[in-house]
Amino acid sequence: MRLECVVNGEPRDVAGVRESESLLQVLRERMKLPGAKNACEQGECGSCSVFLDGKLVCSCLVLAGQAEGAEIVTIEGLADGDALSPLQEAFIETGAVQCGFCTPGFILAAHDLLQRQPSPSDAEIREALAGNLCRCTGYAKIIEAVRVAADRMTT
Amino acid sequence: MKPARFEYRRVATVDEAIEHLSEVGDEAKVLAGGQSLVPLLGFRLARPRMLVDITRVEGLRYMRRDGEALRIGALTVHRAVETMRSSLADGHRILAEAARWVGHYPIRTRGTFGGSIAHADPASEWCMLAVALDAVVTAQGPGGKRDIPAGELFQGFFTTVLAPDELIIEVRFPRVWEHAAIEEFARRKGDFALVAATVALDLEDGRCRDARIVLGGVDEVPLRLLEAERALTGAVCSTPLFEEIGDLASAAISPVSDIHADAEHRRELAAVVVRRALGRAVGGGPDGDSRPVEGSSR
Repeated sequence: MRLECVVNGEPRDVAGVRESESLLQVLRERMKLPGAKNACEQGECGSCSVFLDGKLVCSCLVLAGQAEGAEIVTIEGLADGDALSPLQEAFIETGAVQCGFCTPGFILAAHDLLQRQPSPSDAEIREALAGNLCRCTGYAKIIEAVRVAADRMTT
Repeated sequence: MKPARFEYRRVATVDEAIEHLSEVGDEAKVLAGGQSLVPLLGFRLARPRMLVDITRVEGLRYMRRDGEALRIGALTVHRAVETMRSSLADGHRILAEAARWVGHYPIRTRGTFGGSIAHADPASEWCMLAVALDAVVTAQGPGGKRDIPAGELFQGFFTTVLAPDELIIEVRFPRVWEHAAIEEFARRKGDFALVAATVALDLEDGRCRDARIVLGGVDEVPLRLLEAERALTGAVCSTPLFEEIGDLASAAISPVSDIHADAEHRRELAAVVVRRALGRAVGGGPDGDSRPVEGSSR
């Protein structure tokens, strides 16, 4: 199967994709974009999160064929060149990154939240990140990072 | 794990989907949002020969008022139900409220209403609500459309009366319920409920004229508690009554014990969620206290 889509603003055309592959597999293994992580493969952990036509989705639960013609943004597409996004900066500054495996998913989920709700309450942050697991259990710093980024982006 | 091989057919119309389904029969599966089906493929609990992807079928993503009724197109995503505008939600607010219990946010942006109903997970909020609120499910097959009352749709775990060549195109909630509430208990937000309850009441001067009480996650299908409904019907709403109804709910079920909770815990939770849902349905506090109802002493 052939898959044509736009990833991080670049048109991509990949041949030889198996029907049973997920969008996540295609991104990681065929497009060499390892930012989205492969963990639970059942929509529990959020580490494979990407934007698909502007919506936050678990890319492990999107079959390759379903991404045909779609616009996809991964963590690799969030920074503007070398300039990190305010969220990425905030994650570094607050020490919200431990092993780093869950970080891309958390940042994209938080990015989605701040687009919907620029000044979220702690409860709203927690709810928006409820689909993401951090097995280092660094949640307090992660929530702090989102708070810092939100403050910075609204002032 | 990775899914076994399958043929993939992306279709543009319902008719095209039915053609494939008629041809391949029960070896085909319909892919709507894929938020339940794709994990099942990965675990190889489902090994279809063909996937018929209806994601791009036009005209199945809508929510429409039709008098009192609310019609939901099969491909409407959970998030759309969660954020429906108030003119749609009027009298159907419980649907928007329940949507927040459906999985996590990224699941709700993609998972579909019709897909969830067809998947028939007994812990599904939509399946429970469909049974509780007398929803009517419209399915289409080679012979045309037919309406199936939700109470007759579910046959067992992940099993419905739908034929292999039929697909759900719409779910209709025929009437408004001014006093309806959902409550559930899960250890983590977004997880499957250990026990969930939906109640819907018709009230007149604090007296219950009609009642629906349905539990999710405790049996093979959403379980309507007829005995508890009968005990409530005609009675004056009060906190002690709601406690009794909770106890009846607890006594009516034979839940399983598993790694998540033992049967006794689930029975206890059933009483709690039913009591709380009743309290909230009549406008009371979170603990099922029915204070705001007038004339609540018996």
